[in-house]
Amino acid sequence: MNHPEPISALYGQSSEPSTMSRKKIGEVILDLQNISLRFGGVKALTDISFNVRAHEIRAIIGPNGAGKSSMLNVINGVYHPQDGKIFWHGEERKRMEPHMAAQQNIARTFQNIALFKGMSVLDNIMTGRITKMKANFLEHALWFGRARREELEHRQKVEEVIDFLEIQHIRKTPVGRLPYGLQKRVELGRALAAEPSMLLLDEPMAGMNVEEKQDMCRFILDVNDQFGTTIVLIEHDMGVVMDISDRVVVLDYGKKIGDGEPEEVKNNEDVIRAYLGAGH
Amino acid sequence: MLYREAGQFKTSYAADQQLFPIRQDRIGVLVLLAVAFLGVPLLASEYWFSAILIPFLIFALAALGLNILTGYAGQLSLGSAAFMAVGAYAAYNFQLRIEGLPLIASFICGGLTAAAVGILFGLPSLRIKGFYLAVATLAAQFFIVWCLTKFPWLSNNSSSGVISTQKLMLFGHELNTPVEKYLLVLGIVVVMALAAKNMVRSTTGRAWMAVRDMDVAASVIGIRLMPTKLLAFAVSSFYCGVAGALYAFCYLGSVEPDGFSLEMSFKILFMIIIGGVGSIMGSFLGAAFILLLPIFLDVALPFLAELFGLPFASATVSHIQILVFGALIMFFLIVEPHGLARLWQIAKEKLRLWPFPH
Ligand SMILES: Nc1ncnc2c1ncn2[C@@H]1O[C@H](COP(=O)(O)OP(=O)(O)O)[C@@H](O)[C@H]1O
Ligand SMILES: [Mg+2]
Repeated sequence: MNHPEPISALYGQSSEPSTMSRKKIGEVILDLQNISLRFGGVKALTDISFNVRAHEIRAIIGPNGAGKSSMLNVINGVYHPQDGKIFWHGEERKRMEPHMAAQQNIARTFQNIALFKGMSVLDNIMTGRITKMKANFLEHALWFGRARREELEHRQKVEEVIDFLEIQHIRKTPVGRLPYGLQKRVELGRALAAEPSMLLLDEPMAGMNVEEKQDMCRFILDVNDQFGTTIVLIEHDMGVVMDISDRVVVLDYGKKIGDGEPEEVKNNEDVIRAYLGAGH
Repeated sequence: MLYREAGQFKTSYAADQQLFPIRQDRIGVLVLLAVAFLGVPLLASEYWFSAILIPFLIFALAALGLNILTGYAGQLSLGSAAFMAVGAYAAYNFQLRIEGLPLIASFICGGLTAAAVGILFGLPSLRIKGFYLAVATLAAQFFIVWCLTKFPWLSNNSSSGVISTQKLMLFGHELNTPVEKYLLVLGIVVVMALAAKNMVRSTTGRAWMAVRDMDVAASVIGIRLMPTKLLAFAVSSFYCGVAGALYAFCYLGSVEPDGFSLEMSFKILFMIIIGGVGSIMGSFLGAAFILLLPIFLDVALPFLAELFGLPFASATVSHIQILVFGALIMFFLIVEPHGLARLWQIAKEKLRLWPFPH
């Protein structure tokens, strides 16, 4: 665990405890019960249960290969667990395909950047709104009525996201030409454009320098604070996790070994052992 | 004539989302259209119309169709010529079997038939990608040509499947001069290119490109892969189908199934590789390049041979042509995968900053 400086010093005012305490954490909106996921002989997840409450920042931590990304993939329907139940807003969820998660207002970013390389920043973020646009291809071909109107309306929304993330200067740039840190930010923008009620972030700060991490923390807190978006966050930087999350789940070898508020988890012996054992 | 966008501030998103946001581009396109519709008919000779301009437009349309599928939606296809054949034979049959069907309507029906066949052969794309999909579309190429030869009904019982297209009647007037045919083809191609441009700059095109660039992320965003891919196959085949109908009706007048060969499919593929994968304009540049290069070499090679006092056989021309094609295609695949369109783009960017290098 290498986090020499206390992270609250990193991003100054915006994360003052007052911000956190103003926030109202609501009901359980996502409840995972006894989830098990196997790939052939590999047990990625074993009998995992935890829940996510409305408006909270819920972190998932654990060593590499612990099953964190798999967990997000289960939540948004990319992977289908062999066992277990998922309740979304109190209702048991049937087998779900990824595009249905988008329709239920769940957006995500990926551990390895998954932007559309051949498209500009603007177009990438515009795709985030695709489920909200109704015109069909014939209307697009004629660039008529609804097609034209939608393009304008949604451009407006996308520009708000662009302003929020402070990336106005690169809106027309092909994403492939951007440095890594900005690509991560654009990917967040694409997720935000969908105005999600739940946002799944898979290591949004991995590979970033301190300054970029500060920015990303600020954006995550602001999204949570301003729009009330529920956030499920995978992050390796324990400083960041301890500082911005409301509750933390700890996974190790596909099993849950800790769950609770940051303070609790930090002092949990299993957690300490897993982290020291994994050589972090 | 400077190419600048400086000083052209966009005050609304509508202005920024115009077809051609930069004024010089808008003027350029208008001038080009004026030349194509007004200038060329006055200046070009009959030979130019029937041997160069009409086939150029038709192949540009087919390349545009393939570009929608391969360049925008990322699904490789080696069956473009076969979809052209479907368009040609379907348009012929609609003209033949439906009394008084307007010419344009039968072109559209030809395109729609090709679209339906395209969807059918696009189904494997839901399971397989890249090289394997290309092999599956190769099956389409052979199967379709075989069907057209095998079932005499499709060619109105003519021997070996040859069809001679009907008269070109438009609003009670018969088009029989090359210039009239040229204008008809040009009109159709311009409208369809505009429609394609509109599709690729809106949600339809963004969905195609998303599927092309990263299909898992696309589906997580809410894009349904199956309808998106099949739509690309349908639209692409529609374009190829209309190109095929024009090829039969306005260019050759009489076609046989074997004319729509694998070689022709490859030729169309080379057009988009050289012109620019994922670019509307690239389809036109590529078609022009591939069609004009042989003509150019025909003239230039004997001249060069004479200049250097080398012995020259006419067979050498075709050999050198193949060599040059091969070299160019390798060059573009390796050095500039976005083709001539990208080179043009770079030139414009340079010009935009000129005379300041940064
Ligand atoms: N698509 C997959 N196919 C096979 N095995 C997988 C797949 N996805 C994840 N795994 C396996 O599941 C385990 C957990 O991986 P992952 O969820 O990526 O861990 P983390 O994100 O915590 O590093 C690993 O052993 C990994 O190899
Ligand atoms: Mg991971």
